[in-house]
Amino acid sequence: MTQFEKPELVCPAGTPASLRTAVDAGADAVYCGFKGPTNARNFSGLNFTKAELSESVKYAHDRDAIVLAAINSFPTAGRTDLWKNSVDDAVELGLDAVIIADIGMAQYVAREHPDQRLHLSVQAGASSPEAINYYVEQFGVKRVVLPRILTVAEIKRVHDAIDCEIEAFVFGNIGMMAEGRCSLTNYVTGVSTNMDGVCSPASHVEYEPDENENLTTRLGEFAIDCISCGETAGYPTICKGRYDTAIKKNYYAFEEPISLNLTRLLPDLIKAGVTALKIEGRQRSRAYIRSVVSSFREAIDAYAAGDEPDISQLIALTEGGKETEGAFKSKTWR
Amino acid sequence: MRYEGRIDLSMTKKTHRGQPRIFRDPKAGPISRALPLFPLQPVLRRIVRHVAKIHPELFERLETGAFKTFLIDAKGIPFLLVLKPDPNSPTLVARSRHDEIQYDVLVSGKFSTLLQMIDSKSDSDALFFNRNILISGDTEAILLLRNALDDMDTTLADDVATAFGPLAKPMRASINLANRITGARA
Ligand code: SF4
Repeated sequence: MTQFEKPELVCPAGTPASLRTAVDAGADAVYCGFKGPTNARNFSGLNFTKAELSESVKYAHDRDAIVLAAINSFPTAGRTDLWKNSVDDAVELGLDAVIIADIGMAQYVAREHPDQRLHLSVQAGASSPEAINYYVEQFGVKRVVLPRILTVAEIKRVHDAIDCEIEAFVFGNIGMMAEGRCSLTNYVTGVSTNMDGVCSPASHVEYEPDENENLTTRLGEFAIDCISCGETAGYPTICKGRYDTAIKKNYYAFEEPISLNLTRLLPDLIKAGVTALKIEGRQRSRAYIRSVVSSFREAIDAYAAGDEPDISQLIALTEGGKETEGAFKSKTWR
Repeated sequence: MRYEGRIDLSMTKKTHRGQPRIFRDPKAGPISRALPLFPLQPVLRRIVRHVAKIHPELFERLETGAFKTFLIDAKGIPFLLVLKPDPNSPTLVARSRHDEIQYDVLVSGKFSTLLQMIDSKSDSDALFFNRNILISGDTEAILLLRNALDDMDTTLADDVATAFGPLAKPMRASINLANRITGARA
């Protein structure tokens, strides 16, 4: 088996209890956001107050884990103070890095907090050396979270041409659209994934079971799927719905409910120059965090020791009970 | 589903909040009618008040979900549970399956599945993806409740056990046993 330097395992947390769970399960780093629209997982009942984040940072630091603040949605005109205040709070609380997507926020961090470590969010959609190097040169970005659209070979080429670390998603939800550019939810609900931080807000989602437990999923006025009894389900996002189109009836026109799982590609990713492996899922429960984080901890440790990890339990946590290596393996995956 | 042409933006801002529904169980059997529920009510009252007392922070994360009615339909159990987590007077009561019950959110699944969920052993999204639990009604309210409960350091099952004071240990052991027995079938 391949042996390598252990990469940083970056894990999600939507609540303080999830953060503690992630740290206890072996996370090297945990990323989380403040309550409100400043981060891309602004779901009901999720995220941290300033006081909660302060305690959480202490918990993580006491156990040699670091905490990254996701302030990675795009401020709209007239609301930039909310994002700036979040950056100021993150710096004050001693967050180990701030993850931003908006170019104005990158400038704000660089100007007001030049010593603060800055990461470029996947939401920035920077996938070329030119784009990434621009952020590195202008704002001192230390790490880029790559969009999930590159093959491992392409990641290697990007790595060789940039002057910062690479963080890559290895598990969790995967959408089809260019990161940070999708307006499907906005179109249907009036709420923006990129500016309000929430795709398919729960307030607009409705599940309608019939007497045979077939389930119709609605977003706003629109039925986006009808799941037969016994069929697996996915997130209620437009990109994972089934539609009748001119070419085909009742099919996943964009993408089927499926999760990214790159466990088998971990050695290749490390060889390609990936420094940090990221797990998606700030909206998931502590049970998910415990299970996925400990599985990846074991997988990384096993690979590093030259052993083959057992990853069989991860399939139970995937969307629709299905997994993919997505574009990382091949551009023909969809 | 069936996307039938261009979406008319004037129609698109509908939310699903604030539309209470009525539950009727057409399959309610005779046991459910005959079962006396009054011995259960003080036990349930004790559980919900205990959880509210030891986890006041729960209500902050619950936000508007605190004022919703959650109907819990554990399949195979001859009664239903109705939870109103109002911080001023939280209630959990058992209701007959023959009753018509007004609710905001309905959560249903096998007893074993729901037990694993409140014991933080299973991820609720995965249970939903795999169709082990069914949710209908106010999706935002159930998400608020799920996230509020998930942020507790103890599990709800732990708290149910400690509600029984000196009987906490045997109660916890019974929950573990039930989890082991039913978990295999979940
Ligand atoms: S609709 Fe799909 S691709 Fe678009 S933001 Fe939501 S999850 Fe991502």
